[in-house]
Amino acid sequence: MMQRRAFLQTALKGALLCGSGGAFLAAMLKAKHGKDSYALRPPGAEDGARFLSLCIRCGLCVKDCPYNTLKLATLLDYARVGTPFFEARKVPCYLCPDIPCIKACPTDALDKKHLEKNQGVDSLKMGVAVVDPISCVAFWGIRCDVCYRVCPLIDRAIKLETKHNERTGKHAYMLPVVQNDVCVGCGLCERACITKEPAIRVLPVAFVSGEVGNHYVKGWDAKDQERVKNAKPNTLNPRTDNPLDYLNKGL
Amino acid sequence: MRYLVLRRLAQCGVLALFAANTFVLKGNLSASKLFNTIPLSDPFAALQVFLAGMHIEITALLGAVLVACVYGLFLGRAFCAWVCPVNMIVDFAAWVRRKLGFKGVHLGLPRNLRYILLVLSLILSFVLATPAFESVSFIGVVQRGIILGTASWLIVALLLFCVDAFLGDKIICSKLCPLGAFYALVSRYALLKVKHDAMRCTKCDLCFEICPERQVLWMVGLKSVSVNSGECTRCGRCIEVCADDALEFSILDLKGSFKKKVLH
Repeated sequence: MMQRRAFLQTALKGALLCGSGGAFLAAMLKAKHGKDSYALRPPGAEDGARFLSLCIRCGLCVKDCPYNTLKLATLLDYARVGTPFFEARKVPCYLCPDIPCIKACPTDALDKKHLEKNQGVDSLKMGVAVVDPISCVAFWGIRCDVCYRVCPLIDRAIKLETKHNERTGKHAYMLPVVQNDVCVGCGLCERACITKEPAIRVLPVAFVSGEVGNHYVKGWDAKDQERVKNAKPNTLNPRTDNPLDYLNKGL
Repeated sequence: MRYLVLRRLAQCGVLALFAANTFVLKGNLSASKLFNTIPLSDPFAALQVFLAGMHIEITALLGAVLVACVYGLFLGRAFCAWVCPVNMIVDFAAWVRRKLGFKGVHLGLPRNLRYILLVLSLILSFVLATPAFESVSFIGVVQRGIILGTASWLIVALLLFCVDAFLGDKIICSKLCPLGAFYALVSRYALLKVKHDAMRCTKCDLCFEICPERQVLWMVGLKSVSVNSGECTRCGRCIEVCADDALEFSILDLKGSFKKKVLH
């Protein structure tokens, strides 16, 4: 009898240990996943899930960055511990034409496709710049085009939109407008912004971009038609009960 | 003392080389470049990355194979005693424990827990599509903290120290660490071994007291065979402490490595 009891105790202990250990580990791993972790990743890490599965946390990209842009996350950073990230307000990504950080990566976590010819820095997508019109002095009517001027993709990623200033009656607003599809998220604008806290910030793409779904289609755009060719028709959960029943309910 | 001094020199030297970030050694213990050409990577981490992404770059693969061969064919589980910075923390904890005579709590952790955790890390890497142990690795936190000169790793170091000093003897390295388990599995047939001479042994048991993996010393005082378990970290502490010269490092003792363990 004692043997069986001892066996059951050991088995139970082992099972509890494995269960709690596994649950603890899984919880820790999942904790900082997804959209709630704000971190700008190095070039080539566009696909966040792919990046996190391949990053071996060696810091070779950090060591090869000539501008000391990248840092490896410590326990106190938002990014997963040991993974590379950067803070654009402190040091932005200067978009080296040869992208040494991607070259240094031993595990392909930073996608090597950007190193191929005809790709280059234009194909990167580290984030998207977002303007806060409340704190941007250009929206007050004050002349400032610093973010526009420092943008390496000037007139492509940030354009200036002119508008009549009704308050003075004789001046023009020159408003910075980010082209989300062109902006690569290098953060030079955030670094250069003159306000105390930057009025233009680079956020991870997942924070900024929405998704139309396939029930709105640009009928005038053949490409957009193509996009929804294989879409399922019932995207809006149509009412399944008979509308007559519903109208006559309670009578 | 000489092996202890050599080990501390090796441990600190590796970290210093990484921290200096010259052409000699770049990166950290997860993956690095030696002389800007030879890739080195942690084979266990590379295995997790492979399971997580079902894809591994040739550089990381080469580095992992190289490191695994060096330890698996020659040095055995020497990484744990000669390179890993956590070793310094747990050695300090063990020293404090010995000096103050702490008994600790009996946690009843199974002896093969680290092997369970090893398998668990590999399964979780695949299921969660992220290198599981690397995401929570205390070794990673400590070594990166030292190499990059940050401070928050000290919290983890303190935690590791407290576990080993107050909770129980050698819990971190001998019970929990899946990387140690990985190297133990790889190191079964490594050439560098500790050789035991039963004729000289006076059964003083000093080696048992100092050994971080005392189960590997089952032959002491019984048989003249080499320590053939992969769990031996080749730290050389038993050699230093033995006053009878019954233990020494030996290479090419192939015969000993294939002998079966005899229960006693």
